[in-house]
Parts: sequence; structure tokens; C-alpha cells
Amino acid sequence: MNPELVVVKAEAETLIRAQGINQTWGDRHVLQNIDLAICENEIVTIIGPNGCGKSSLLRILLGLHTADSGKITRRKGLRVGYMPQKLRIDDRLPLSVTGFLMLAPGARKERVQEWLERLSINALAKQPVQRLSGGEWQRVLLARALLIEPHLLVLDEPVQGVDIQGQRELYQLLPELRNELGCGIVLVSHDLHLVMAQTDRVICLNGHVCCSGHPDQVSVSEEYNSLFGNQHGHQHLAPALSNELAPELAHYTHHHDHTHCADGHIEGSTECQEQERKHD
Amino acid sequence: MISWWLLPLFAGLGVAATAGPLGSLVVWRRLAFFGDTLAHGALLGITLGILFDLHLTLALIFSCSVLALILLQLDKYTGIASDTLLGILSHSSLAIGLVVLSFFDNVRIDLMAYLFGDLLAVNQNDLLWIFAGGSLVIGLLIWQWRGLLASTVSEELAAIDGYPVKWLKAMLVLLLALVVAISMKIVGVLLISALLIIPAAAARPLAKSPEQMAMLASLIGMLSVCAGMAFSFVWDTPTGPTIVVSAASLFVMSQVYNSVRK
Repeated sequence: MNPELVVVKAEAETLIRAQGINQTWGDRHVLQNIDLAICENEIVTIIGPNGCGKSSLLRILLGLHTADSGKITRRKGLRVGYMPQKLRIDDRLPLSVTGFLMLAPGARKERVQEWLERLSINALAKQPVQRLSGGEWQRVLLARALLIEPHLLVLDEPVQGVDIQGQRELYQLLPELRNELGCGIVLVSHDLHLVMAQTDRVICLNGHVCCSGHPDQVSVSEEYNSLFGNQHGHQHLAPALSNELAPELAHYTHHHDHTHCADGHIEGSTECQEQERKHD
Repeated sequence: MISWWLLPLFAGLGVAATAGPLGSLVVWRRLAFFGDTLAHGALLGITLGILFDLHLTLALIFSCSVLALILLQLDKYTGIASDTLLGILSHSSLAIGLVVLSFFDNVRIDLMAYLFGDLLAVNQNDLLWIFAGGSLVIGLLIWQWRGLLASTVSEELAAIDGYPVKWLKAMLVLLLALVVAISMKIVGVLLISALLIIPAAAARPLAKSPEQMAMLASLIGMLSVCAGMAFSFVWDTPTGPTIVVSAASLFVMSQVYNSVRK
């Protein structure tokens, strides 16, 4: 083993740690005993179906909500950059892109300009925020998250509503940012199968942590395309496009030892449905 | 010789200048109804002030602040929709104020002056309150402007960025209470939120940034005060409502300008 690598690993500090998180909304136990830690330089993708507790976990990690029980430990002085999934700004507020970005604490004009150029949105600097397209607005939100020079970057469904080109660019950019800033990155996605290729760890959430692990490299073969292009609802990934996308995307294979009933409770020890389908 | 109209004019200008930035925040954060409720509750404050023989301005500021903090808490803990809650509190506190007031036969109070304002009755002491209160409000708003604006855009994002969102909100409603209390004499209980909202709404189409909108709202408010006073002298109309009518006319003009420009 490369000794240098060992040193780097040992030095990677834990940015945020969640221990024994439980959360109940009414009679629904949405989070059950969640343990989770995110380190510097690490890219973690949290996936799970709708209503699996992703948003609740995110709000708890971000400190917006206090869980019923459990403990959140943040590294001292941790700066978190958050890119929300949606943010609508009322028409009554006259706000330009630059004005919006200047609201980040400690933001300076030069830094704003730098990030606008880096994300190729400097042409939008003077535009009112209400007039941007979905993709443009998302880049502005990313710029805002980066302006605070985060130790931890949290992105909630960053590619939802973004075209394939935009998704590709984002998935190229994030690992670059990780290397430059040395920050930890958390991505939240409802896509259960395709994740960003540079993800170090995928966490599959459904009330509790169902499974976690490293994603597989996407195979660019015709075989892969015929298998996943049709079976997993990714018909939009026509073979040609899938080939093109392949370097940025990876497939995540679930390793569940249980399945969930409709009400979310665990049914017993069987292989994950995805696995079964794959082996059919 | 000139002082009889100079004093009310300065009082009106002071209130309008303060109402500009605060009114803009009220418009952006949809707090209009909140301001109304505070104003209606203010009558209860006056009644209590008379009852316990307190300094009226202080009694007003105190009761508005207490009401503002109660509203802030109720909003968090009750399941009632906040507009319903505000509606209930707004009108019941106005009604309680009127009922309690009627119990005192020996107290003679000009109810109309409180409901619609009596700008011409402003004295030097009132002017002092308006300028001291106004400077405090504008000073605090400038000091915390970035945080206030950030939490207007998104409370969640602002909280994650480390702005003290809860304190800023509490500060904002307390400043609103202060402005309601000091401007009651100018336009009265029923028209205070008009002075907050209408100039800000009129400024919106002309502004390119939040700061511009806040300053333009102050200017438009001050223009409305001048115009309102002039018209009320010429046509012998009640001053407070005439000021609001002037502001409303300016609002219409800015909307017309906006649609013509497009």
C-alpha cells in the first residue's frame, strides 16, 4: 500500500457526525437510529425513495431541526455551504444575481465575480433573480454555497430539472471542487441507481440506513445499456447518450438483506428487489 | 407664525422616512397584516395607559411590543393559520379597546383622533419621539441590513449561513411595533399600515435593488406627506386620510409608468 495514502487517510478529519438519530412525525417513525459521519475530501451520495427521510435527515444535519433523539457533532467552526433544491424569490423583491450573492456572509465583490466566471454565469450578474431559467438559477445557488468557502458542501437534488449537459458539467465540477477546496460533499438524490461516479460512498436510506457502499463504474457496453436503460426507468439514456455520460455516472448496486412493506416496516431477510431483477 | 404647520410637516416627514425601509421589509416578508394587528392592538394600549395614568407614548410602545412578541410566539405554537390568528387578535383587541374605553365616563378621549390621526395636534414632544424612534429604527435596520435581507430571501439559507435569524425576526417585529406606536398620531390606528405598504409598493417598479426600493419608498412617503398636507389645507379635508390618498395616487402613477415602460 502506498504509505502516503495511509497518512492522508489518517488525517482526514470528520466534519460532521450523527449518532443514533431518531425522528417521528405523528405516528411515522421516519428516521430510525441513523449513524452517519462525513469526512473531509469525501463525497457521499444519500439516495432513497420519496418519503424515506432524506429531507428530515438533511434538515437535522444542517441544524435546522433538532431530532427527537440522537446527537450531532460538528467540527468546531464548520462552515456549511447549502444548495437547496428549490428557492423562489418573491417578485416584490428587486434583486440582481450579484445582489443575491452578496448576501452570503462575508461575500466580497471580487469573490462573487470569480465564482460567476468559474461557473460561466458572469453574463447573468445584473439580471433580476426572478428571470433566470432553472439551470441558471441552480448555478447561482451553487455559487452562493461556494462563496462562504465551505468545509462541507450539501446539495439537495442538484440535478433535478437540469438537462443532461448541465448534469454532466456539474458532475465534472464537483470532484474538481472537492480537490481544490478539500471539502466534504453530500449529494441527495432520489435516483436509486445512477449516482455521480466520483462518489466515495453511497448511503441508501429508507427510514434507516438500508445499505451503503462504493458505486460501480458504469459499463459502457451495449449489454449494460440494454439491461439498465430499460429495466430501471432510464429510457432517456439512449445508448449513445449513455456512453457519453458514462464517465460521470456510476451504477450503485444495492445490498439489502431485507425488504420494506408498503408501510415502511422491514419484512424479513430477502435480497433487495433491485438485485433480484438484475439477476433475472 | 409658520410653526403651526412646520411641526406637523416635520413629524410627517420623519414618520414617512422611517416607514420607507421598514415598509419595504413588511412588503417583502408579507407582514402587512401583522402591522395592522399591532396598530389595532395599540388602541388597547392607549386605554390601559389612560386607565393607569401612564405616559401615553410609552404605554403605546410597551403594549405594541408585548403584542408583537405574543404574535411571534403564537405563530410558532398554534395550529391556526396565521392570517386567521391575526384576524382574530386584530379585531378583538380593537374591540376590547373600544369597550374598555366606554367604561370611563370621566375620561374624555377623542376617539377619531386615534382612529384616523390628528397630525395638526403634534407637539414638540411628539416630534422628539418621532425623530429619536425613527433614528433608532433606521440605525438598527442599516446595521443588520444584510442579515435581514438574507433571511427575507430564505430563512433556512440564512440560518445555515449563520445569521441569527430568530433574533433578526424579533428585532424586526419590535421595530415595527415602535413605528406603529410613534406614527399613530400622524395617520391613526386604521391607516398606519397604509403608510408602510403603499410607498414601498409604489417604489417597487422604479427600483433595481432592495436598497433603492427602501430609499425610494421613503421619498415617495415624504412626497405623500407634503402633498397630503397641502391638499388638506386647500380643501379642508382630514390630514391623515388625505396623506394616504396621495400615497395611493402615487402608487397608481408608478403602476401606470411601469406598464407604459413595458
